[in-house]
Amino acid sequence: MKRLFKRKEMTVVISLMALCLLVSLRAPGFLAPKNIDSILNDTCALIIVALGQFMVILIGGIDLSVASTMAFTGMATALINQYNPGIPAWLLLPAGAAIGAVLGMATGSLVAYGGLPPIIASIATMSVYRGIVFVMNKGAWVTPHEMTADYLAIPSAPFLGVSSMIWITVAVIAAAAVFMRLTSSGREVYAFGGNKTAALFAGVSERKVEMVVFTISGLLAGLVGVLWVSRYGMAHSETAAGFELQTVAACVLGGVSMAGGSGTVLGVLIGALFFGAINNALTVVNFSPFYQMAIQGFVILFAIVSNTLIDRKNQMRLVARRKI
Amino acid sequence: MPAPPVFFDVQERSAVGQTILEMRGISKFFPGIKALEEVDFSMRSGEVHALIGENGAGKSTLVKVLTGVYRATAGSVRFAGEDVDFRSPIDARAAGIAVIHQEASMFPDLTVAENIFSGHLLKGKARFLDWRGMREKARALLDRVELQVSIDSLVRELSVAERHLVGIARALSEDASLVIMDEPTSALSLRETEDLFKIIRALRDEGRSILFISHKFDELFAIADRYTVLRDGRYVGEGSMKDTDVDAIIRMMSGRDVEHMYPKREAKAGEEILSVVGFSRAGFYRDVSFSLRKGEILGMFGLVGAGRSDVIRSLVGLEPRDSGLVRLNGAEVRIRGPRDALRLGIAHVPEDRQGQGLILEMSIGDNITLPQVASLAKGPFLNGDAEDEVTRTYGALMEIRAAGWGENAKNLSGGNQQKVVLAKWLATQPSILILDEPTKGIDVGTKAAVHAFISELASKGMSILMISSELPEILGMSDRIVVMYEGRVTAVCDTRDVDESAILRAATGVGSGIGRAS
Repeated sequence: MKRLFKRKEMTVVISLMALCLLVSLRAPGFLAPKNIDSILNDTCALIIVALGQFMVILIGGIDLSVASTMAFTGMATALINQYNPGIPAWLLLPAGAAIGAVLGMATGSLVAYGGLPPIIASIATMSVYRGIVFVMNKGAWVTPHEMTADYLAIPSAPFLGVSSMIWITVAVIAAAAVFMRLTSSGREVYAFGGNKTAALFAGVSERKVEMVVFTISGLLAGLVGVLWVSRYGMAHSETAAGFELQTVAACVLGGVSMAGGSGTVLGVLIGALFFGAINNALTVVNFSPFYQMAIQGFVILFAIVSNTLIDRKNQMRLVARRKI
Repeated sequence: MPAPPVFFDVQERSAVGQTILEMRGISKFFPGIKALEEVDFSMRSGEVHALIGENGAGKSTLVKVLTGVYRATAGSVRFAGEDVDFRSPIDARAAGIAVIHQEASMFPDLTVAENIFSGHLLKGKARFLDWRGMREKARALLDRVELQVSIDSLVRELSVAERHLVGIARALSEDASLVIMDEPTSALSLRETEDLFKIIRALRDEGRSILFISHKFDELFAIADRYTVLRDGRYVGEGSMKDTDVDAIIRMMSGRDVEHMYPKREAKAGEEILSVVGFSRAGFYRDVSFSLRKGEILGMFGLVGAGRSDVIRSLVGLEPRDSGLVRLNGAEVRIRGPRDALRLGIAHVPEDRQGQGLILEMSIGDNITLPQVASLAKGPFLNGDAEDEVTRTYGALMEIRAAGWGENAKNLSGGNQQKVVLAKWLATQPSILILDEPTKGIDVGTKAAVHAFISELASKGMSILMISSELPEILGMSDRIVVMYEGRVTAVCDTRDVDESAILRAATGVGSGIGRAS
């Protein structure tokens, strides 16, 4: 139990609980099952994309192209749906994921084979992908009445009383946890992020690791692009604009080190949920939209600073314990 | 008494002999290590003074104490007639001591003028920077050191020799009375060295003192007036260069009381297992060949920068090479990276444990199994049982002391970290083990244990290639020795046939047919 409380993620969990309590004092409806269900559904997209982002950050990189990838696969699948309504809508999910994986691979290639720093490579593909979204439908929107009912129902279709959006998220979380903890590739990602030189000396392939994380990041963003567009019933060139920074913030909130090498799937999950809870709380408590963004920023800043301070204190304690 | 030559400033020259620096009883202890013990060191104005010693003898530590990087545990320093206690390099610079490092103190993306005045920028009216004044002075300084580059060129674009001259110009701009040069010629050609020496002599004749550190004896005899020798952190002796010779200095450097520390082992030379043939890489090493026999320890000796580690990194595929091939058991093999090397049974334990050997954020177990994590895995999935088995076996073999195998590597002491690194590579069960400075920076007790262990591995039939900068270690451990100097192999010999001075000669370019410059 004591060890549990020393984990980095715990500060965020405690902040999350404190936030929920405070908000429910002002707005009792906040903790009602219906609202919690709504928070979860709203946060699913963030959780999934943040998990991909997490893997890229683990190797000391960053993938700023995820939001553009979402817009890309969202638009692509919406157009497929519009012009080929006969294709079963559920097939568009794997299609979106596959397109996303290819886009992720392209960014990954710029890093692994072109030698570009991840931030530069992904800023480049971020613009390229969003530009292509614009070109795809000549800047026009795809609106709900141009989509089939099946397509629009993808995220909300219930199974055992829970929406498929949540089922998909649970599956992705499980897969990510298994990948990171139980596969040799996951171990290599941690090793590479922890100390690139030592990993190379140990025979870890730099290109493989870089390709793997960017491909996964693209795949997850591609999958979410489909869910996003079908959930909001709209595909346009501004879909999910700015979302990439939220995924980075969720990772950092969850204790993922921007320097690479440290962080967990659980942490990212908690970080994303915290983010989702703030967004919802600010609406429920009825803050003016003018204040929302600033308050959001302050809350995140507070969580990250306290997280860093606790981490530093733990580290000092460990160093002091070391025999010299 | 002959009249002084006219081109010397008579007044400055007469100052020769006055003691400008006096360090007395300097000790510097680090946890577990006595880097300096009661060292006396003094310099006169207007002399070039050579500080001589093997790697690890304490030269750098002494310089760091002098320049305020370290504070001495005990001892006193008098500089220019005053007792001083430098708390930081800034204090030392203000007092007139300038250090010209090999690379560290330059800003490659700033201009020559900016580099010269970094740290003491000239201020003009209203405390704005006086660029015009700085540019004028920079130009004058470059003339003085006879450097023909623009003051606006970036330091990145300069050659190593030119950077040294910029460093000297900077020292002059601070009007330093003591200039410290730490291996200034290590990357210079003969011609560039001569030019540098001309400037050094000019500085000396102005009455400045130059502390000169180099491992190259020919240079020391060409430029230095006096010398001080350190060994194992202690003062050994000093004197005038005129009254000594290479052999006497080598005797002072090496001493003779270390051989019995090393485990005795019956060398049984097996058949040739690995041979490196004609390795060359422009700018790093040229035409390097050697071979390793089964069950032997082959020592690789050379000074820092001789190219040993570069050859090894090319051998295991971490760095490219221009030409040369590798034979394993007589057949040519291609090694494109550490993974290929491991598959062929070659394990390479890098020099820098924290930087190249460990993932500090990962557990002991994950570190030990990292090189074979993929081959132990069942398909894509980790094989926890097999990993635990490997960790337990090799963790116990190396006697790693830790709360548990799940503890993070960063929480271990230096000695235990070294054991984790060794366990990690032994666990791959190599037939050839390459060790780069295996005992660097670890305490004497652990050192002896590592030596015994290496010996035991060799007697069990493992072939070991050991790079070391410590001569006693090389002589005590190796069956045969390869010596490198400036990127070339200058000697390959049986340890029984050589002594320390022969190896040192080969490693400093005065032996093996390389004549001593007069």
